[in-house]
Amino acid sequence: MNLSVNIAGLPLKNPIMPASGCFGFGKEFSKFYDLNELGAIMIKAATQEARLGNPTPRVAETSSGMLNAIGLQNPGVDQIIKEDLPFLDNYQTPIIANIAGRTKEEYVKVASQLDQQPVIKALELNISCPNVKEGGVQFGTDPTLAFELTNAVKAVTTKPLFVKLSPNVTNIADIALAVEQAGADGLSMINTLTGMKLDLSGKKPLLANQTGGLSGPAIKPIAIRMIYEVRQQTQLPIIGMGGVTSAEDVLEFLLAGANAVAVGTANFQDPYICQNIILQLPDTLSKYGYSSLKEVMFDSCVNPSISL
Amino acid sequence: MKLECLRVIENHQLALDTYEMRLQGEVLPILSQPGQFIHLKIGQVSEFMLRRPVSIADVDREEKSITIIYKVVGHGTNWLSTRIIGDEIDGLGPLGNGFSLQQHKGESILLVGGGVGVPPLYYAAKELSKHNHVTAVLGFQTSEAIFYESEFSQIAKTWITTDDGSYGYSGLVTELIASLGSFTTYYACGPNGMLKSVQSQLSDIKGYLSLEERMGCGIGACLACVCQTRCNKGYIKICKDGPVVNADEVIL
Repeated sequence: MNLSVNIAGLPLKNPIMPASGCFGFGKEFSKFYDLNELGAIMIKAATQEARLGNPTPRVAETSSGMLNAIGLQNPGVDQIIKEDLPFLDNYQTPIIANIAGRTKEEYVKVASQLDQQPVIKALELNISCPNVKEGGVQFGTDPTLAFELTNAVKAVTTKPLFVKLSPNVTNIADIALAVEQAGADGLSMINTLTGMKLDLSGKKPLLANQTGGLSGPAIKPIAIRMIYEVRQQTQLPIIGMGGVTSAEDVLEFLLAGANAVAVGTANFQDPYICQNIILQLPDTLSKYGYSSLKEVMFDSCVNPSISL
Repeated sequence: MKLECLRVIENHQLALDTYEMRLQGEVLPILSQPGQFIHLKIGQVSEFMLRRPVSIADVDREEKSITIIYKVVGHGTNWLSTRIIGDEIDGLGPLGNGFSLQQHKGESILLVGGGVGVPPLYYAAKELSKHNHVTAVLGFQTSEAIFYESEFSQIAKTWITTDDGSYGYSGLVTELIASLGSFTTYYACGPNGMLKSVQSQLSDIKGYLSLEERMGCGIGACLACVCQTRCNKGYIKICKDGPVVNADEVIL
């Protein structure tokens, strides 16, 4: 079955990719399967300088999900270009680089550096990290700031720019429309929801950062609802994510309005999850009456026959 | 490193809230080295999204099995405790860097374990005792929590301490260690507080700590389990660079 899809001018051989922050820079997972099998790879967020991230504990399991507060630990964009991108250049799989920063200037600087790397085929603007004190989600919860940042980054890149939206807002469509007006080529949604877990013995938050981002199957219904809402208002390509663990989940995201689907937390439970989903996708699509990925898209985006 | 379906061939309570399980596989047990760990998938559906890292307490290469010892502290470990013989558990491993034991010959080596930090030291003790004089100081909260005293006694000079004084030496492992004479090397695994005390007390000899932290992927990709290092070297990943580290390299 033909699983190929084109998102914002970026051709993918299938719609499945690991989500940023859940796959490092690919090296660890390359020991399990050939990364060429993936539709794309969204690599860990890059900031201008190296960041140490938050104190530990940084993760906690919750029912059908997990909280994380890594805090954007990364070696900095120069080091990523020098140490991590050459490895990814061994693969044909398109690499989507996630960009974070404290200020608009930092985002712009990191974006322009990554824009010059041939191995990077698209950028993902992270305006939705809930685990850092400065930058991140503050740009993703205010339509005006989201517009300005997207506009500024768009000015320094010729590559497709996806903006990763935060679900921690009253109306996610407002942000989606703001970044569309600013020139975004696509949307990634959703990032994690801010949550908290208490340690009953210590009578305090379990994560050192106190709060963390909730991910995993627990948030999937929220992701589906938000993608569905945003799809009613824009034709921008959407990379859907939030609790995907199976090919059925992928179909659900596609029907809700996503054009491609990223897998996050499930990579920790099963390192082969992306490969397995890609293998199972044709049978799952057939089971529900589709003979290609394009047919699914027609049902959801172009002809919203499943409108509620 | 291998993702393998392991078969439960034994699972029984060993001490207070503490269970011993033996798991049989084809490849994973044979690859396992002392100090490494196994990352176990909990449950069959997506209720538990994180695997549980459990240290390897022993390996039987003929039987192709590993022994793990775990404490029931929540829903995930409770699920483990209810597995019966013949059940299958998805295991990823062996993971991490274990103890470098080959370097020792004719040395006087101290093992310091606390609670469920004791298990990886048993596998290490078995290997070390072939060519060295091994002393084990094992700390538990109370007499009912003690396990593997006789197993350790067969291969090492073994001391037991309890926090409440209900068995053995009454007090902390560090208090007992001070009275035991000198050693060339030590290996320690246990609660962070214990490791910190041992690290400071035995700073004049070569030491190795096996660290524990809440983990995500277990393979070095998610950056959940990090530990700060000295000399501005930044963080190490406990799952990949550890769990065994040089005692003088980390800041606990």
